[in-house]
Amino acid sequence: MKNLRNYIFEIKESILISLQAIRANKVRSILTALSIVIGVASVVLMSTALNGIDVVFQRGVASLGSDNLYIDKWAWFDDNIPWWELRNRKNLTIEEFNEYEKRAKLPLAIAPAVYTSQTLKYRDNILEYARIMGTNYNYIKTTNLDFSEGRFFTQIESNGARNVVIIGSTVADNLFPQGGGLNNFIKIKGRKFRVIGILKEQGSYMMGDMNPDNMAYVPVGAVFKNFHRASYMSVTINVRAANSAMVEETKDEAINIMRQVRGLTYDEENDFSINQQEGLLNNIGETTSVIKIAGFFITGLALFVGAIGIMNIMFVSVKERTREIGVRKAIGATSRTVLGQFLFESSTICLLGGIGGLALAGVLSMALNQVFPATIQVDAVVLAIMISIITGILSGLAPAYTASKMDPVDALRYE
Amino acid sequence: MNIINIEHIAKIYQVGSEEVHALRDVSLRIDKNEYVAIMGPSGSGKSTLMNILGCLDTPTKGLYDFVGTNVSEMTDNELAKIRNKEIGFVFQTFNLLPRSDALHNVELPLIYAGVPTYERREMAKDTLVKVGLEDRIHHKPNELSGGQRQRVAVARALVTKPSIILADEPTGNLDSRTGEEIMMLFNNINEQGNTVILVTHEEYIAKHAKRIIRIKDGLIESDAPVTDRYIPSVKHETN
Repeated sequence: MKNLRNYIFEIKESILISLQAIRANKVRSILTALSIVIGVASVVLMSTALNGIDVVFQRGVASLGSDNLYIDKWAWFDDNIPWWELRNRKNLTIEEFNEYEKRAKLPLAIAPAVYTSQTLKYRDNILEYARIMGTNYNYIKTTNLDFSEGRFFTQIESNGARNVVIIGSTVADNLFPQGGGLNNFIKIKGRKFRVIGILKEQGSYMMGDMNPDNMAYVPVGAVFKNFHRASYMSVTINVRAANSAMVEETKDEAINIMRQVRGLTYDEENDFSINQQEGLLNNIGETTSVIKIAGFFITGLALFVGAIGIMNIMFVSVKERTREIGVRKAIGATSRTVLGQFLFESSTICLLGGIGGLALAGVLSMALNQVFPATIQVDAVVLAIMISIITGILSGLAPAYTASKMDPVDALRYE
Repeated sequence: MNIINIEHIAKIYQVGSEEVHALRDVSLRIDKNEYVAIMGPSGSGKSTLMNILGCLDTPTKGLYDFVGTNVSEMTDNELAKIRNKEIGFVFQTFNLLPRSDALHNVELPLIYAGVPTYERREMAKDTLVKVGLEDRIHHKPNELSGGQRQRVAVARALVTKPSIILADEPTGNLDSRTGEEIMMLFNNINEQGNTVILVTHEEYIAKHAKRIIRIKDGLIESDAPVTDRYIPSVKHETN
């Protein structure tokens, strides 16, 4: 018991002595901590950014709907089918969509989609090559999109191929910077379209072409009427399953119906693909894990370099304080106390550096958060603290051992 | 009562393939409350003897009995404890921690001894008062004069109430007047019942002690009481 008390006392005193030494050598301690500040800040920022990427993708996928199937001429993610085979497939026609819609029993909602890029114009505001989706009134039921103003098109507008348009939030910001877009007329390739709905920002930063924020929606008939002949376009059929448990069945049903509709015999391969968001998620997962590995390798390297720097400085510090060590030993410091002192010194410096790095990362991620969802996670904080303490101990070990093994006679004589 | 009892000790250093006999065969006894000067030219083995007496080093041969324990075969950690409790060092170059104030420098040995914070602060302050530095407690070494620094060092040596005070050329870096003040201090310390061992090469400084041991070529050349003892008379300043 008395032993334990002594031991605790010794640890406490080691901490006090090392804090005293840090305070006595402020500039050197700060410079030493700086490398850890940078290392820890980069680790935390990296993990925050990676987390942000995940959030972004998931938000994007969620805005499209997670129980969706996409019947398409193209396979989105399947690399097994060569591209020329995909190209040689017959287009999916709007008639085939109608046929599928008539026969399919399982889906919650079905909608066609054709894509075109056109220049949008409102007075002097021009948005070039905006992505335009031609679809029907059912499309909104296949998504999770929210409106900030207005509505989606009605069955009458949809079937009548009226010139009405729903625009994404970014499109609205570009065409109507002052707001007030609803019920105004915009020009798409010179044709007038009435804005009947404006979508809320979906925040799916990474979705590119698929990002609803950057899109405009018009009736599919309006696309054929104004921009392209129907025979040139391949329709993507958006299918929403009743729930996630029904996705597989819905998919099987879709394959059956589409084979019949497309007149395939039993020995022919499918000449269409059923695409799923899972494919997208897998793709994203692969990409982010590559980024993760590369990121942690690079930041790990930064920390490693920082640790070597600290080891170096601690060695110099031990050398420079040889006499001090001699004095301490002469007046009764044991090897263990000296070892403890220098270990605590390096790990305290690193811990302070780690806290500084966290603060820096906090400020930077707040700035980053303006353009990208970046919030520091608790596990990143724990990781940072642990990394800095471990770095401190590891890089302090060799110098501290050198100090503890010094012969007091030689150390006192050292000039 | 014997504090130090050395019997036939030798210290041999291995320098390359050559053996250097720093001490050949030294025996001596020092009693409580003695005031001894160890003298000798450089290379005489005087420093080696001091290191062994101060438990900084152990002899190659022979027996060193210090306050009733055999020091010759102690481990480094045991030696550190003995130094902490039983020996107070005063060095020529003061050897204070440069960035710590006088108080912290004086309480340092008490930290290693495991004395609780409050108690050791009080002890350190009392000792600083004793050496006449009551108004320099929170000064750092670079804010103190040479004499004041050496007094801090003396206070650090005294604070653990050790069995011996071991001073290695304590006036070597001081002018003669300040040196004289420090020698006054040692005289007072000795009069208060402490055992003081002074290592010096100056005849004049050695004459402050009551007994002079002369070392030459690793052997004791002479060991005799001082007949013409110089008792310092300079009033020691308590500025």
